[in-house]
Amino acid sequence: MGVQNDPEAAVWVRQHAPQWQRLAAATAAAARRTHPSVEQALQTLAAYRTLARHLATVRSLLPGSLPAAALERTCAQLHTAVNRPARFGRAGWMRMLREDVPAAAAAVRGTALWLAMLLAVTTFAGWWLVSRHPELVSLIASPQMIDGVEHGHLWTYQILTLGPPALLSARIFSNNVMVTLGAFCFGTLFGLGAFYMIAFNGLMLGGLLAFTHQHGLGLGLLKFTLAHGPVELSVMCLAAAAGTALGEALIRPGELSRGAALRRRAAQLGPLLLACALLLLGSGLIEGSVSPRPQISIPVRLGIGLGYWTLMMAWLSGRLFPRTRRPVNG
Amino acid sequence: MAAAVLTIRSLTGVEMTLPVAGPGMRSYAFLIDWQIRLLGALAVLLIVVLLRLVPGLPKPLAAHLLTGGVIVALLIYLLYQPIAEIVTRGRTPGLRSAGARIVTLEGTTPGIGPLLARNIFRLIDALPLCYVVGLITCMLTERHVRLGDIVAGTVMVCAAEEAGGPLDRLARHAQHSALPPEFAELVHDLLERFDSLAPAQRTALALTVLRKVDPQFDASGTPPEERELRARLEALLGRTERS
Repeated sequence: MGVQNDPEAAVWVRQHAPQWQRLAAATAAAARRTHPSVEQALQTLAAYRTLARHLATVRSLLPGSLPAAALERTCAQLHTAVNRPARFGRAGWMRMLREDVPAAAAAVRGTALWLAMLLAVTTFAGWWLVSRHPELVSLIASPQMIDGVEHGHLWTYQILTLGPPALLSARIFSNNVMVTLGAFCFGTLFGLGAFYMIAFNGLMLGGLLAFTHQHGLGLGLLKFTLAHGPVELSVMCLAAAAGTALGEALIRPGELSRGAALRRRAAQLGPLLLACALLLLGSGLIEGSVSPRPQISIPVRLGIGLGYWTLMMAWLSGRLFPRTRRPVNG
Repeated sequence: MAAAVLTIRSLTGVEMTLPVAGPGMRSYAFLIDWQIRLLGALAVLLIVVLLRLVPGLPKPLAAHLLTGGVIVALLIYLLYQPIAEIVTRGRTPGLRSAGARIVTLEGTTPGIGPLLARNIFRLIDALPLCYVVGLITCMLTERHVRLGDIVAGTVMVCAAEEAGGPLDRLARHAQHSALPPEFAELVHDLLERFDSLAPAQRTALALTVLRKVDPQFDASGTPPEERELRARLEALLGRTERS
């Protein structure tokens, strides 16, 4: 039914036109505004209620008409403008660092330990395989790496020649972040992607350790990884655990739909992933500027590695940033 | 096939629908944003190269300049999309020019968490190359969403009109035009598209519309010129005084 067929409806539309023009202006202003005052927010909410009321009336008076469509579109625009999250300011960041990150880490602690065990087992498996069948190393190392090790040179100490430490750190960081994010994202393949990434990295690590050990360079590789390795490997296990949790949400969604369970779990684990990225930033800096320098001794490397790892554990367990006590009213 | 819509329930209990953006609109928005970040990164590199051409520049400084330039260019290229989405609250320049925006499944403005999540999952959506996984998921899902959107609980909806635009137009027509709103919208749409239509087509359409909605229009005589037809249509909307 159109307005032209209903004179009373046409009169009603004309009567409300000036008010709609004001509501349209209020909608435009609300969409533009970033920091509304309390008064402006209340006015916007009043406009939202009025629009919804008019929409309901027009739908019953003139269903499927142009005024109904225009009111619906404007109401939807105001709905999006009104319902927006609060500005994520300093308090939000502090809450995330203090509460959300430790909570997310606690949620995946068990899985992370299992994955750390999987990493250890696959590292041993990689070591055993390459020790027994040295030719298998060609599957995990490039011909240049193999050639270098066979001639007594460890590739890790040549990476400083690839560029300045800052650029090197940035490259290492971006590579590590990609691996970590990959471990998380591929967890959506019912957790199998995360298992695969951990197992593959474990096999690679074990294989390379065995290969370098065969040529008398095992200690050199271990020395190289001492400073950055503990945090880097722990972060990989954490990210893979978060990915596995995503997969678990798909396998066992509980009372929710699979989509809703996945969304809820992703929202819960998001802060942990951000923490992983921050930790990898530090790890990348160490790997780019400390690890490749042969003059830095093993105790110093061990100190850096363990110190950084302890800092990470303190943060993830909630001891680094103790929770602030909220005042209890009444 | 019916166009996909996102049904949302407002706080007042009144249901509303938002038209969902399809794969074409999504791709268009992505391409615009991709060009922006690519040009931004290239611009930084170009500035660095030009600065290095300055005579007498010390070698260490030139090396640092290059390192810094590469890092900044990389950051622009990799972080443009998530940062632009967060800063613009789901309306990046690409989305804006495509007439789309990102909203949550409840039709609300998404927060930082969902926007970051949908960007992280680009890792899978971009596989094996050129967003093939994302495009296929987008074509197969009811709301045309890629994997990142499924995880984040976001949807891309059409938002070509300025906020309040449809209601403002309706109110102005209702106040200044004697036409019923349906006809007013028809005339408005015709005027909006007038210049993009072929001359013969727009004249024919204008005549058809005028015959239907303007009782004072004399349909029997010689058809007026195109300019006069346009003026009559605008007068019907109350935009100009009838000559």
